[in-house]
Order: sequence, then structure tokens, then C-alpha cells
Amino acid sequence: MKSTLTKRSPLEKRQMRAALWFLAPALLLLLVFFFLPVVAGLLLGLTDFDIYAIGSPGNARFVGLENYARLLTNDVFWRSLGNTLFFVALGGPLSVAVSLGAAMLVDAKLTRLRPLFRTIYFAPVVTTLVSVAIIWRYLYHPRYGLLNHVLGLVGVGPIDWLGDPHWAMPAIVLLAVWKNFGYNMLIFVAGLQAVPAELYEAAAIDGAGGWQRFRHITLPGLAPTFLFVGVTTMIGYFQVFAEPYVMTQGGPLGSTRSVVLFMYEEGFRWWRIGTASATAVVLLLITLAGALLQFRLQKERT
Amino acid sequence: MKRAAGIAVLLALGCGCGGDGGGVTLRFWAMGREGEVVRELLPDFERENPGVRVEVQQIPWTAAHEKLLTAHVGEATPDVAQLGNTWLSEFVALDAIAPLDARVAESATVDPADHFPGIWDTNVIGDRLYGVPWYVDTRVLFYRSDLLAAAGHPDPPADWEEWRAAMRDVVAAGGGARRYGILLPLNEWPPTVILGLQAGSPLLDVERGYGAFAQPEFRRAFDFYLGLFRDGLAPPVSNNEIANLYQEFARGTFAMYITGPWNLGEFQRRLPAELQDAWATAPLPGPEPGVPGVSLAGGSSLVIFKDSPHADAAWKLVEFLSRPQQQARFYELTGDLPAHKTAWELTGIAADPRARAFRTQLDHVVSTPKLPEWEQIATRVYERGETAVRGAATPQEALEALDRDVARMLEKRRWLAEKGRRP
Repeated sequence: MKSTLTKRSPLEKRQMRAALWFLAPALLLLLVFFFLPVVAGLLLGLTDFDIYAIGSPGNARFVGLENYARLLTNDVFWRSLGNTLFFVALGGPLSVAVSLGAAMLVDAKLTRLRPLFRTIYFAPVVTTLVSVAIIWRYLYHPRYGLLNHVLGLVGVGPIDWLGDPHWAMPAIVLLAVWKNFGYNMLIFVAGLQAVPAELYEAAAIDGAGGWQRFRHITLPGLAPTFLFVGVTTMIGYFQVFAEPYVMTQGGPLGSTRSVVLFMYEEGFRWWRIGTASATAVVLLLITLAGALLQFRLQKERT
Repeated sequence: MKRAAGIAVLLALGCGCGGDGGGVTLRFWAMGREGEVVRELLPDFERENPGVRVEVQQIPWTAAHEKLLTAHVGEATPDVAQLGNTWLSEFVALDAIAPLDARVAESATVDPADHFPGIWDTNVIGDRLYGVPWYVDTRVLFYRSDLLAAAGHPDPPADWEEWRAAMRDVVAAGGGARRYGILLPLNEWPPTVILGLQAGSPLLDVERGYGAFAQPEFRRAFDFYLGLFRDGLAPPVSNNEIANLYQEFARGTFAMYITGPWNLGEFQRRLPAELQDAWATAPLPGPEPGVPGVSLAGGSSLVIFKDSPHADAAWKLVEFLSRPQQQARFYELTGDLPAHKTAWELTGIAADPRARAFRTQLDHVVSTPKLPEWEQIATRVYERGETAVRGAATPQEALEALDRDVARMLEKRRWLAEKGRRP
């Protein structure tokens, strides 16, 4: 065995080379569209690249960590971070719970026409957000919207969903959860099908009720799925952009401005590319910390 | 016959059946409603200029600024575009748009004398002209003539003293009703900035790269502004807190409002029928008696991008859209106020008493400072203004803080000037 590891036969060498050639296109794409931009972003975050520098790059200056220092004293950034954390904290768990619920319904033995339901629930995921947002803007309309109409039937006064700073973010969360839960649902369905049916049968024979089976079989059985879904959802939700951009442009009163929207405005509205790049790095660090925390929690459980 | 020939030409151009050799396609970006209706003017232009086809791309206002900037970075700018005239300085800083002085000097259609001087001036940056005004926009006083008359002011106020008196009397005449003299939303910069300009403040020292807000001229305007809140003549609210502006105006919650031409139509549409004779417009009062108050020089201009390979054809389009007849047609389609004075005569807008206030005001408009940072600075103006209105800072503290913000924002310009690079 050892000899084969240290000394490679010509055949193996040829195979290695072939493997490299097969990997090359993907690696090249990663290099050009991922690693280079990341490095460029890191470097730009240390400069004051702005509108004057777009005209002539010589007008950019190296400013060290000043962009970061300014970011930490910028109210708008903190507000955006707060909004984003709210979105993640409310939308993340809600989205996972709804996905799991939908997955269990779709996967239940009693359910007929499963593929149909799966398709229906998945449809929002593949619909373009802009068209969805237009419909939802109607749903949220304070006077003519369906949502307020239904609430009115049970005696809840009209809510200006997208115009009231207190309600705008919850409204965006609702839209995002509805738009995205189908994707996680499919993953949960796959996870559920991997849980051996004998366990449920054995538990049923032992007299376990529905809740106990869910608590002691389904949840532990889905642990790896949970980790995956949790991490991807969290990363995705930290990067929330399109929903507020299309629905509210960050308003009212900046109550739906997310970190990515802040970054977009800094970069493409004010052309402070330096600050925008620094924001990107900060967001990366936060997301990374969140992901590590989840891994850690999951490890402690198992 | 003419029409048939026109259609034939259109068909020939429209089918674009390859190989029409010298054909030029002009790419024209226009925003919002303007982008939608300008297409109706273009068949005439294409008829007059065989071989030139105009491709209009309509861009929503909310995305226009970003789209234009990214287009510049991506070297995909159009030939001609509509630009809000406060954006010009930014595109000049980017070296993206072409100076038009030489073309205007030779032009038989674009006559600076037929334009409003204040509006024209917004297109002059450094000492070169970069845009031709397409339609214009400024802000005037919209007021409830019935409430003012009932309070003993049959004529609109002409100066600040009369203005304040009218507000006071309107509030007093309201009895116990929740009533204010004027609405000055705390999240809008134009009221504060207009008052500052009226008091003769330059707002910024553009040459040196500092703010001029703490100086006596602006301070005077700021004190007048704050006084309106302190005396209960203006409600300390932002726009978002007014659920329905038109409803509140109809109710008489406030009797005056400073706004622009787009609200001529909105007020007609949204105010109840019985109030249609009870509102009017007037040019803004000024600080001194007998001197008209100035307002903002707004609107959109047509610009030609430097990278355009068809600059001559693009200029033809600009000239075409500048013709008084086209300006008049455009007014009928959009309601946008024409940039050419002759077009005002042609359309008969000047006969409408409510539009007349705009016509008068347009002779007294001033450009906001022409630098790319202005939009950010304007945001700061109302943010700092709000701290003073709410009593979180004294007037002097608020203005000094504003000057500090501005000094930080303009640091790059000062550095560039020091290096001898023209910002």
C-alpha cells in the first residue's frame, strides 16, 4: 500500500493529469468568479474607492481599516444589522418550521396526490421574485388588500403593512417564508424518507403516541438534515436583499434596510465601493460565526 | 399620402431587413412616465431622419441612477439619456457625458434665451454646458384659499412676515380644531434648503469644500423654519406619519404645503369636488417684502454620452425634442412643464391660474450646489434639522454638526483639489 502512495505509476500519473483537466473548468470558474472577487473585495475594503476613482483609479487612496472604523460608528449600518438579525431570528426558525410541517404533510401516508402537492409547494421557489412581489404588494395593500380584508372579517383593524415601520419587516418575513419554504420542504421530505419505517412501527407497538414518535424518532432522525437546512437557511437569510429591494426599497424609515441592501446602496447608489466592500467582509464574518455556532450546537447534541 | 409614405418608411425601418447599410440605431434611455410616452413623439423624428431609428428604453426612476452608473462602469451607456438635472455633476465627475456648448452655439433650435436662466444654469458645470433642459420642475406654495380668506388673507402671502401671519391667523381661525398653518415634513430637505436659498445662503462653499450652514444667512432661514414648529404653526411630523396627504389637506389639518407640478393633477384628482375651488397655488414668499422668493431649479435634461458613436444623430434627437411644438405635445402627454418658454405660449398652460404660479416661480429658481455629494448632503440637512425641531440639539449645534458632516463628506474633494486634480 505504502509504495503505491509514494511512488506513482505512469498510469496513475496519467489519471491524475486527466483528473486535473476534468477539474480545471470548475476550478477556473471558481477562481475567476469567486476567489478573485473576494480578494478584490478585501483589498477594495482598505481603500476609499469612490465615484472620483471610477473616472480615474489614481484617485483612490489606501485608508487601512478606516472603512471598518467608520462602519462601526454608522447608525444606518447598525440599524440595517438590527433589521437583518430580526429577519434571521424571526424568518429562519419560522421558515424551517413551516418547511418541516409541509414536508410531514406531504410525506404522510394518508396524503393523496403527493407529487401534486410537492409541486404546488415548490412553485413559489421557482417563480421570479419580482412577479411574486407585485402580487404580494396587492395582498398587503392597506385598503384593497386581501390580507386586511380577511383580518377585517375577524375584527382586526386595517394594517398598513408596507407603510408602517413596525409592520414592514414582519410583512417581508412572511413573504420570504412563503417564497422559500418549498426548497427546504423537499430536503426534509428526503430526510424523512431516510428514517427507517421499522422504528415507527416498533414505537407504535411500544405504545408511543404521535407526539412522542415525532419527538424521539423523527427529530433525531432528521438531525443531519436540520444542520444542513439550518445553516443554508441562515446564510441565505443573512443575505436578504431582493425582497426588501423590490417591496419597499428599504423603507419606511429604513425599517426594512438589510445589511446587503445597505451594502448595495453604499456601493451602487453612493459609489462608496470601499465602504461597501468592508460591509461585505463584516457580513461574511457574521455569517461565518453564525454557521460555526450552529455546527457547535449540533455537535453538542449528538 | 404623407401618412402612407410615413408608414412605408416605418415599415421599411421597422422590419430592419438586414443590410440597410448606413442605418443608425440611437439608444435613448428615459425614465418613468416620460420613457413611456416619449415613444409617441419619435415616429416623426424617424420620418424626418431616414436611416435613424430610436430605441427607447424605459427605466423606472427608482433604479435609474444605479442603472446609469453601472452602465458607465460597464461601458454600456446609451447615446442619449434623460437625467435629473441634479445628477449632472455626478456624470460630469465620471467624465461620462459630453459638453454641448459648441453644438448649442450652432443650433437653430436650442436657444438659451428661450430657457429659464435658473434651470439652464443647473446644466452648466465648471463653465461648460452638459445638458439641454427637457422639462422643468420647481416647488411653489399650494394653499387652501378658503381657509386663508376666512382668516383674513384673501391674497397669498408675499413675504416671510405675511406668511407667518397667515399661518398664525389660520390656526387661530380654526378654533379648537386640530389645525396647522403649513406642512413641512421632517423627512424632506426641500423646505429647509429653499428657505436657506431664499435667505441668500450658498449652502456650501463649493470652492473650498466645506458647508456654509452655520453661517448667518442659513441660520436666519433655519430660525424662521424652527419658529414655525415652536409656535405650533407646523406639525413636527414626517411624511410617513401623514397617512393621506390629500385627505388631511381636504380636512384642513394644514392650510399650506410646498410642492411641485406633479401635485397639480393629484390635487385635482384626489380632493373632493366641493373643494376644487378652494385651493390655489402661489409663488413662494421671500424673506424681504417686494422681493420674490426663490425656489429650486428642478426637472430633467437630455444629455449625450461621451462614448456614443452617433453623437451627431443623438444631437438631432435632442434638438427635435427641444422644438417648442414637440415640447407642447410632450406637455399634453405627460403634464410635465415645458423647458422652452415658447412652448408655454403654445399650450396655453400659462392661462391656467394654478400653472401660472409655476411660470412666475420659474423666473426665480436657483440650482442646488452642483457636486456629486449633494444628494447625501441633502439627506443630512433634514436629519440634522429634525434634531433641532425635536429639541435634541440647539439650532447652532445642529447647524455646526451639519457642517461637520459636510466637511467629512467633502474631504475627498478637498484632497483632489490639493493634488491639483479637478474633482
